[in-house]
Amino acid sequence: MTNEANKAIDANSITIDGETVPFDAGQTIMDAALAVKIYIPHLCHYPGLTPAGNCRLCMVEANGKSVAACVTQAQSGQQVSSNTPELNAARLSITQMLFVEGNHICPSCEKSGNCRLQAMGYYLGMLEEHFHQFNPRREIDASHSTVLLDRDRCILCDLCVRASRDVDKKNVFAIAGRGIHARLIVNTASGKLGDSNIEAKDLAAKICPVGAILIRERSFDSPVAERIYDRQSISDTAMTEHVPRKEDDRG
Amino acid sequence: MLVVMKNQSWPHSLIFDKQHLLHRLYTLQQQDRHISAETIVRVAGEFNLPVSQVASVVDFYSFFYRKPVGRYHMLLSNCTSCGYQAGKTDLLKMLCRSLNVDPGVTRADGLVSISETSCIGMCDHGASMLINGIPLVGLDETKVTRIAGLVEQQLTLCQWPQDWFQITRSIRQSGMLLNNTGSSGNSLTKALSAGPGRTLDMIEHSGLRGRGGAGFSAGKKWRLCREATGDAHYVVCNADEGEPGTFKDRVLLQCHAGALFEGMTICALVIGARKGYLYLRGEYRYLLAHLQEALELHYSNNLLGCSILGHAGFDFDIEIVVGAGAYICGEESALIESLEGKPGVPRIRPPFPVTHGYLGQPTAVNNVETFIAAAYIVTHGSDNFRMAGTEQSTGSKILSVSGDCRNPGIYEYAFGVSIQEILDDCGADNVQAVQIGGPAGTLVAHRDFRRRISFEGVSTGGSFLVFGENRDLLTVNQNFARFFAHESCGFCTPCRVGTRLMEGSLQKIVDGRAVAADIEEIKRLSSLIMRYSHCGLGHTAANHMLDSLRQFPGLFEKRIMQQAFSPQIDLEAALETARQITHRDDADAHLD
Ligand SMILES: Cc1cc2nc3c(=O)[nH]c(=O)nc-3n(C[C@H](O)[C@H](O)[C@H](O)COP(=O)(O)O)c2cc1C
Ligand code: SF4
Ligand code: SF4
Repeated sequence: MTNEANKAIDANSITIDGETVPFDAGQTIMDAALAVKIYIPHLCHYPGLTPAGNCRLCMVEANGKSVAACVTQAQSGQQVSSNTPELNAARLSITQMLFVEGNHICPSCEKSGNCRLQAMGYYLGMLEEHFHQFNPRREIDASHSTVLLDRDRCILCDLCVRASRDVDKKNVFAIAGRGIHARLIVNTASGKLGDSNIEAKDLAAKICPVGAILIRERSFDSPVAERIYDRQSISDTAMTEHVPRKEDDRG
Repeated sequence: MLVVMKNQSWPHSLIFDKQHLLHRLYTLQQQDRHISAETIVRVAGEFNLPVSQVASVVDFYSFFYRKPVGRYHMLLSNCTSCGYQAGKTDLLKMLCRSLNVDPGVTRADGLVSISETSCIGMCDHGASMLINGIPLVGLDETKVTRIAGLVEQQLTLCQWPQDWFQITRSIRQSGMLLNNTGSSGNSLTKALSAGPGRTLDMIEHSGLRGRGGAGFSAGKKWRLCREATGDAHYVVCNADEGEPGTFKDRVLLQCHAGALFEGMTICALVIGARKGYLYLRGEYRYLLAHLQEALELHYSNNLLGCSILGHAGFDFDIEIVVGAGAYICGEESALIESLEGKPGVPRIRPPFPVTHGYLGQPTAVNNVETFIAAAYIVTHGSDNFRMAGTEQSTGSKILSVSGDCRNPGIYEYAFGVSIQEILDDCGADNVQAVQIGGPAGTLVAHRDFRRRISFEGVSTGGSFLVFGENRDLLTVNQNFARFFAHESCGFCTPCRVGTRLMEGSLQKIVDGRAVAADIEEIKRLSSLIMRYSHCGLGHTAANHMLDSLRQFPGLFEKRIMQQAFSPQIDLEAALETARQITHRDDADAHLD
């Protein structure tokens, strides 16, 4: 390749684990990676929603600095490493932190098999929870006729907050409380979901990566062993995820 | 010369806006001693905000309560210097026992509630508390007994001995900034005659770096902000002073408020701002009246307001916003969120406040001391300033010295001063280590006392904690670990969960239940928190652990059990809930 051609690539590309990846101005490292089907583990990111950067699973090394890929703009010539033993070990620990912080009893959870936290555990080779359990006491909200909120499983990813505010335009959720006391709250005077205008068809009701927000009476729609992550890895499903686009809505 | 224009009037709401969300919530809480669900709904209506935003603000800040606190509400500092465990007796326990109340639970008659709080910046005054928001200093066993009596008698605070509330200035050593008393308007006059461009050159040439801790060039920040485009530019003074062991901003606000406001006004001139904010930590609310007066004086001397010092078109106002108990609000982007009436969760940076700050507009955020130094530089010239300090750290640094020394207080030194020199000055003998820059800073052991204070040496925002040979450094680590776990904003996983795990791991060591593998685990956890967290709090939250492990490995080794594994869980303690539920405390309900 000529020097000229090389430069042309460098001007709008980065490398991820040695692979050259193009990007458009304004794209994050995560956007650029997903566009060429490179998987960088993530839980609080969902294409089409504004990234938040809270779960920290997408931590990569960009030019030697640890950054969250979902909130870091791609910059020409940036050298990113992601799929390294060190970073995957850190991701495993962060996943374990999310497990012990809440109450995740997978065998009795109806989201099992469809849960992205559980799938992340599988993907990263998690065999135990490692840290001691926090066993927090958290409130369940069963006040709504079709949507159930079981805070025990909430990983504070903020996806429902953004989906409700930015896509559904209902602003049903928020995260309140500091530090380990952070928790999901409902934007109603009573604090109850039943008093909100959320509906089962809303993105906010469907986007929860874990079994914290559930559509009621659907738990056995797909039998165990035929659920999403029984058939696919989270690294595959992540390639197809996107907030419904305007055209889809019309169709 | 000062131009006095007494006829100017200004609305008080310019100085202190009662309608700021934090202030409104504070006022309502003063009436009801808590913020009820109904109040949240009402305030949301008043401010036309989502109920969830008001609720998340109430739940974020330590000084807002969902349940009624006592008519005497006492918050004892838990800092290693002004904390309830700074002496031999646990004063919190003692006070609770005397008043027959559990920590954090309001007494059934509603008279009293007692809790602890992070450092309240009274480290030069011994053990201290905030009682109904007012600092009461120099606590000891006698005082605690008397306090219990006064509370039971229900005497109002003005009937209590007034010397208990006396906050002295304890300036032990003055340098260029502290000697420069009284604000005359001199520096502002000079800045106005030099013009914004040349004033900025002066600040840049002085080499002034931020005094809040990070040490970013003030001149560069102001230039970036000046060059950034926006609908408006803002000046913000960071008076959140939350790093345990720091109290120099408290003294500066008390004694040098004039110079501070001039510094902020000079910044406004340089960056083109018409509005500035002073973000005052909730712990320093008692300074509010004093600061309001100082601002009023500035207005009446036309050092603020419209056409400042007769310069048509140069208008600048300063408003005070009082926080409500959150260390993270010292982080500049969290501070801005708080100014905007939101929980103090740090923003994603970049973009930085210089381009996208308050209300998304270009904003220069600086520490109290930085603005005062800027005012000094404009008056005395940048060469004068550069004469003090080192090549990379010009000028002076004001330190808050406390802990195991005879003369705690404020010391101003030219940068480059050695740690030993400071220890000699403050009357500290037999020191085993100093913690410089607070829990987020650096632990320096005795053998390194020749090291120097500067940005290129040992850097500090002002905290200088002295630990004598009798201190158990492990309990210091424990104290710091609790601090970070309590102050983590909760936004990101490694810090929210990791700081809690760290607390647990340390407890295991202190309890003598840890094995060698636990030490390795702590190192791994430290690096996870520090490398993968979102903001500076997480990035520095484990410094103290790694420093201790590196410099005092013996501390840990001597408490380690010689076996391969021991469970994290303390079985005996874990049975406590079961004992409570079954109302049992007999021998069979215990393990041994
Ligand atoms: C957790 C945390 C707490 C901080 N607390 C303070 C503080 O109390 N006061 C302060 O001036 N800067 C504090 N900072 C630094 C500010 O983010 C910011 O750098 C500073 O206000 C800039 O002013 P300066 O350049 O004049 O120092 C803190 C930073 C972090 C990460
Ligand atoms: S409820 Fe689900 S989507 Fe919402 S913050 Fe919790 S885990 Fe995320
Ligand atoms: S590092 Fe800690 S304080 Fe900073 S954003 Fe994360 S949780 Fe909040």
